[in-house]
Amino acid sequence: MARDNVVAGATSAPPGEATGTATATVAPRVGDDAPRPDGIPKATGRFAFSSDLWIDGMLWGRTLRSPHPAARVRSIDVAPALALPGVWAVLTAADVPGRPTFGLEVPDQPVLAGDVVRYHGEPVAAVAADHPETARAAAEAVIVDYEPLTPLVDPAAALGSPPIHPDGNLFRHLPIRHGDPGATGTVVVEGEYEVGMQDQAFLGPESGLAVPADDGGVDLYVATQWLHVDRDQVAASLGLPVERVRLHLAGVGGAFGGREDVSLQIHLCLLALRTGRPVKMVYSRDESFFGHVHRHPARMWYRHHATAEGDLVKIEARILLDGGAYLSSSNAVISNAACFAPGPYRVPNAVIDGYVVRTNNPPCGAMRGFGSVQVCYGHEAQMDKLAAAIGVDPVALRARNALHRGDRLVTGQVLTGAVPVREVIRAAAARPLPAPADPDGPVIARPGGAGLTADPEDITRGVGFALSIKNVAYSEGYDDYATARLRLEAGAGGEPVATVVVATAEVGQGFVTLAGQIVGEELGVERVVLAPAGTAEVGSAGSSSASRQTWVSGGALQLACAAVRAELVSRAASKWACPTDAVEVSPGALRRSDTLERAGWAELLHPPIEVEEVYHHRPTRALDADGQGDAHLAMMFAAHRAVVDVDRGLGLVRVVQVATGQDVGRALNPLQVTGQIEGGIAQGVGLAVMEEIVLDTGRVRNPSFTDYLIPTTLDMPVVDAVLVQEPEPGAPYGAKGVGEPPAISSGPAVLAAIRDATGLPLSRVPVRPADIALADPSG
Amino acid sequence: MPVEQRPPDVPAGWDLPPAPGGRETPGGDRPWPTAEAYELVVNGETREVTGGWVGESLLFVLRERLGLPGAKNACEQGECGSCSVLLDGVVVCACCVLGADAAGAEVTTVEGLTSSGAAADVQAALVGAGGVQCGFCTPGFVVAITDLLARSPDATELEVREALSGNLCRCTGYGRILEAVSEVQAERRMAGGPG
Repeated sequence: MARDNVVAGATSAPPGEATGTATATVAPRVGDDAPRPDGIPKATGRFAFSSDLWIDGMLWGRTLRSPHPAARVRSIDVAPALALPGVWAVLTAADVPGRPTFGLEVPDQPVLAGDVVRYHGEPVAAVAADHPETARAAAEAVIVDYEPLTPLVDPAAALGSPPIHPDGNLFRHLPIRHGDPGATGTVVVEGEYEVGMQDQAFLGPESGLAVPADDGGVDLYVATQWLHVDRDQVAASLGLPVERVRLHLAGVGGAFGGREDVSLQIHLCLLALRTGRPVKMVYSRDESFFGHVHRHPARMWYRHHATAEGDLVKIEARILLDGGAYLSSSNAVISNAACFAPGPYRVPNAVIDGYVVRTNNPPCGAMRGFGSVQVCYGHEAQMDKLAAAIGVDPVALRARNALHRGDRLVTGQVLTGAVPVREVIRAAAARPLPAPADPDGPVIARPGGAGLTADPEDITRGVGFALSIKNVAYSEGYDDYATARLRLEAGAGGEPVATVVVATAEVGQGFVTLAGQIVGEELGVERVVLAPAGTAEVGSAGSSSASRQTWVSGGALQLACAAVRAELVSRAASKWACPTDAVEVSPGALRRSDTLERAGWAELLHPPIEVEEVYHHRPTRALDADGQGDAHLAMMFAAHRAVVDVDRGLGLVRVVQVATGQDVGRALNPLQVTGQIEGGIAQGVGLAVMEEIVLDTGRVRNPSFTDYLIPTTLDMPVVDAVLVQEPEPGAPYGAKGVGEPPAISSGPAVLAAIRDATGLPLSRVPVRPADIALADPSG
Repeated sequence: MPVEQRPPDVPAGWDLPPAPGGRETPGGDRPWPTAEAYELVVNGETREVTGGWVGESLLFVLRERLGLPGAKNACEQGECGSCSVLLDGVVVCACCVLGADAAGAEVTTVEGLTSSGAAADVQAALVGAGGVQCGFCTPGFVVAITDLLARSPDATELEVREALSGNLCRCTGYGRILEAVSEVQAERRMAGGPG
């Protein structure tokens, strides 16, 4: 892959300020391709993932789940399970000592179902036994008497149906009214679009180990995205004060939004406290598909109005997300979907209604791209339709309408940060196109690969283009902060050693690398120790989601470095009885500027310096009744151009290349940024052509990697990425987040390319072979 | 009340402590048939497996009884390659082999490839090229890449993609992993290795 950098706009000096004179330090700096400190442990198998934990005498947990999407539970008989040798506990709803429900925003989901189940796979009982096979047998032995109900599975029918939950069937309706709702354009295009349910499919299964503690509390070692919010939910359901519930981050095997909600955390702690023994639980892949929320399926209607020249006049949109049985983060997902429904374009007038509703389908919540992904399929298809209707180049139409700094979103918010939309378009469009398909090339390179393989003469190539917009961090007035503690002490040889204590969940994104780079940048310290992340050790870092940790946890660590430096200066000033501004700091040394007296840091590190800092990003505001307000912190933009080969007769697609320009603010670790871009594109390609949780009247039909396909090495195209670097004002080091944009417009670009190759309207993803091969050519 | 300290067997950081082997399920009646004791030769060492359920996979035995968690458990149905090990020199998914069926066989895990140094350049390249993110697939890739390059040092990019298509990665999109493979190929050629 080519990895070029372009620098857009005015580059201001990064706020890292001089760390003193450059001395011989090899500390990693911000902007370096620093390698991951956990890389070798991971590559050698020594890294401790949550499913690798083991402690003497531990039991194995197991969940019993509902086979019905909707049913009344008439009775549960656990006696046959308890009678099995090796079974220690079988818990049901009656055994939850504290709050019987949990949830990220509103606790509307039972820890264990009581008298009703609302989705296929809802937990009904939890078992602990001394062997996983015993636990499986025990779960199977529990007798649940269900009275199946007709499930509510059509989100469009949710509002007109009797409530399936005491909180009703509407999670949120978000209207956006901007400008003149009666405005019309001379060119009008309309369309309906649909997005299927995608799974995060992180590879490390949900797993953890709960250990009962002497104080009557519990220690939970678990893979999660947000330790503190898990802790609060666990403690509430256990009926314990939060101090007695200590969560420790165990190695996380990917997340992508799927670990933001509680899965097995409460069950594990209940079992450990009931049995007095440590309990480990590891979901099978099958159970993982039931054990976490998914990306919301979407149905969208759009009508775009433009002038004859192609300037957007108004956008009308109705977006319906299926939230599934429980709320999770649905309210925030619909907010993104509605706010970013137009895409990264200047739209003076808008009438947008976003709805997210409750059904008896699996609960949906956070997944990489979070609401922006679904609407991107809509707004980008509309831009192509509009270009065709006007007769202009679709890329030129996008550039013509692209947002600039100073423009307003349809929420009325003025964009004051970096808005390099044209730059990302130019960067992606300028990448060289791949060579034409070689008819004599290897069969495996054709659509279908080694199996059902296309004939070279049936292959058509198509090219598609798409843009995306996504917010960084939490919005709508949420106090989105992170905490960092930093300790500086003298090592055995007098060298400074910095210990970083953050609760930031390392889920694979590489914050652990960045932490060392920030300390290296700010203090020049080479030896940086990352302490284990836990709720008892430090305050919340917020969630590893919304592309926010580089900004927020990075900001907290930058503040902590500054505080450590200030304390060093203050100690030197005391020692020398001089003003602090007479003290100069360089890595490992201090100097008094008037007398040129010198001191090593080691002399001043008894006792060690220890600071704790909290970083809050600029406050955001709630949206008003018309969906207007400065609800978002900052925006990220990306452009993707996809090239596909399609066999129209067989309906097979091969994605050949994805070129991208991504607005990253500033790349703090270009190698890791590249990894985020390539990985995000894989998930975008997956949604476009293969990934969908298939539901049959509320039942999940494909909970396995045999039937839910994610891209392999043979499915992944060549990625050609350009990092567009225009520092974001107000962001630590000028860096925006980078994780989500590649997962947003990559898929819509692929879909556009398939439309280009086939001439079919294709308005639903993922595109299946039958959608192409069996399509009515008359449209 | 004193706050419970981290139990000694639970790793405090990234490195797993040396795990005790020979973990047994406590005695007593079982709702399942127990396997007879059998031996596996794992990373050159003969290990005895006793008291297990007859249905335990080789993956479970390695991870939970022999203290070798390097092979991972992402799907446990042979689709993802995260549990790749060498069984008598052939790459298999350890989840799809019964532990008792492997009795007497030679098993090499990522831990074995690490201690012999056979995968050192592959491991270093994966880290250096950015091929490791969450890392859950990484040990399986290390086994598969090491095996591929031993058999086929000059594999073309397409051959590498085909050979590694049984190893799923959800984080990287494979770009940095493929880059690492090509770096190892180049380094080995420079070092005058085979091919």
